[in-house]
Amino acid sequence: MTGAILTWLVAAVLDPVANLSAAGLSLGVGLPETMAALQSSPLDSVLAPLYWVLDQWSGFVGWIAKWTGLQVLEYNFMHRAILVGLCIGVMAPLIGTFLVHRQLALIGDALAHTAFAGVAIGLFLNATIELGVTPYLTAVVVAMIAALLIELISEVTDAYNDVSMAIVLSTGFALGTTLISINAGGLTVSIDQYLFGNLSTVTSQSAAVLLVLFAIIVSVVAVTRNQLLYVTFDETAARVSGIPVDWYNRIVVMLTAMVVVGAMQIMGVILVAAMLVVPVAGASQVARSFNEALLVSIVLAELAVLIGIGLSYYAGATAGGVVVLVAVAIYVLAVAIGKVQTAAGEESTPEMGSIDVQSGSSSD
Amino acid sequence: MSADTSTEQRVGARDGADTADAADETAATTETTDSSRSADPVIELSDVEFGYTATPVVRDISLAIEPGEYLAVVGPNGSGKSTLMKLMLGLLEPDQGTATLFGESAHRFDDGQRVGYVAQHASASKEMPITVREVVKMGRFPHVGFGTLSSEDWQVVDEALVTVGMGEFANRRITQLSGGQRQRAFIARALASEAEMLVLDEPTVGVDAESVDAFYDLLESLNDQGITVLLIEHDLGAVTDHADRVVCLNGRVHFDGPTEEFVDSDALARAFGTAANLAGDGG
Repeated sequence: MTGAILTWLVAAVLDPVANLSAAGLSLGVGLPETMAALQSSPLDSVLAPLYWVLDQWSGFVGWIAKWTGLQVLEYNFMHRAILVGLCIGVMAPLIGTFLVHRQLALIGDALAHTAFAGVAIGLFLNATIELGVTPYLTAVVVAMIAALLIELISEVTDAYNDVSMAIVLSTGFALGTTLISINAGGLTVSIDQYLFGNLSTVTSQSAAVLLVLFAIIVSVVAVTRNQLLYVTFDETAARVSGIPVDWYNRIVVMLTAMVVVGAMQIMGVILVAAMLVVPVAGASQVARSFNEALLVSIVLAELAVLIGIGLSYYAGATAGGVVVLVAVAIYVLAVAIGKVQTAAGEESTPEMGSIDVQSGSSSD
Repeated sequence: MSADTSTEQRVGARDGADTADAADETAATTETTDSSRSADPVIELSDVEFGYTATPVVRDISLAIEPGEYLAVVGPNGSGKSTLMKLMLGLLEPDQGTATLFGESAHRFDDGQRVGYVAQHASASKEMPITVREVVKMGRFPHVGFGTLSSEDWQVVDEALVTVGMGEFANRRITQLSGGQRQRAFIARALASEAEMLVLDEPTVGVDAESVDAFYDLLESLNDQGITVLLIEHDLGAVTDHADRVVCLNGRVHFDGPTEEFVDSDALARAFGTAANLAGDGG
């Protein structure tokens, strides 16, 4: 079962053409001509239905702009950026929750840096064989391969260790910079947008790829939430209870790779890991239950994304940096609220019942 | 999420009569399942040897645990108790020999409904925000798979909480609890799994003395209903008072037999050395 999910997952990302072409062909026919004329990569026929979704979204935000008079909402690139930001605000803390509580916060950083190598490969292929796909797609592929490698190494050595993570991180980044410098002659694209993220360079294609990633991540977590929770909280007991723990670990790291690449467009390689970690850390200060923590972390992340994008627009600053600063400010606030909560909640400690041998018989 | 909140209110509302009724019903089902199953050993190890490095931690281990037994594995620190438990549960694969769990190769065994596990958790402090009830809920996961918990599942969860005396703490964050309270929650999780066998790795470490007695009484009453209990224990007093059979381990099996014989034998002295023998007499 899990094997099948993973195979599908890999297939869905490595070969979106095969998975989506049916939908793309049937729905793509009725698309506006302008859409098809603007883009020319082989991916576009596949992503056509999503371009339609983006169009609708753009119309909706434009309508909000009219009603509210907010200047920031008037630009098309902003419409896409906000949608991407909203998706990041859901999927980053969703996956981050399963990482942070296993002390795996660093893995997001390692994967982001290997994804940079993927970006470089994508730019390289586009320049040499005119592949015409967004570099974020090659980044997903490379990051997922790196994620699997990290996981397999940890299975063999029985530990996620920060040394191997640091090696993967620097290897990825070194590979990326090397490829880009070799390729520099034929390259017009600045790599700044990949390192630091950029609101205005979110293309329709990369926004559509993000929507695909978002759908995969949310549905995989929705289906496997029980198993992921058990594995995160108590790996040994999860193993005893018959859960194939290794498979779930592989799923989590691959989903992490997807989140990282998805969030990279706005956050950039260097800051992307913050979205996996900071909202989750804030939520665990105030939340009591796991479900509550998940919900709160998503709310905090969305707040950070929306406030951050808004502030960065009016201040003329890089969105990624502002979003992270807002997230950290929210985290500090959450710590304070958490402290107040604990102080207020301490007086009411319920009486602990005795172990009830008689009703013990009821439990089996 | 919505199921969570709706049943949370039920905890406070439940009354004792409810529990007793459910007790009779579930006890009856346990009996029928027991009689329908053959009396194959729950766990069978033959000539098992295992080492993390070239030096074996445990070797020449051959033993079988029959359904309904109450067996304790004792031994000094580093005697391979926990390793043996991991071999039995299939968390480790023997270098030599075979380990079977319910007749299947332990390493490939994946029917999590049949085994409940309580680790030595009291010392491990996780910062994860999760309530006691959410922890106990995990005991139902082998039953529900990818689905959501039904109201019957939640009932089992709440009964397990009441059984260990933690009904009032259901919605407490687990990090706010004392070691003993936390351990009770983990025991409730094992109970909620409705397993045929409970495996407990030093379950009373960090638990207050009063609760320890009640806890062993609980294990005994569960065992009386036909549940196999496997206890890995450092506290010799608890073992000799409660278990029916003792396996004394120090790399290899020094003693395997009824508890009364163990108390009279010199196995302790051989496994622990003289000092521990005295401690064992005292406990």
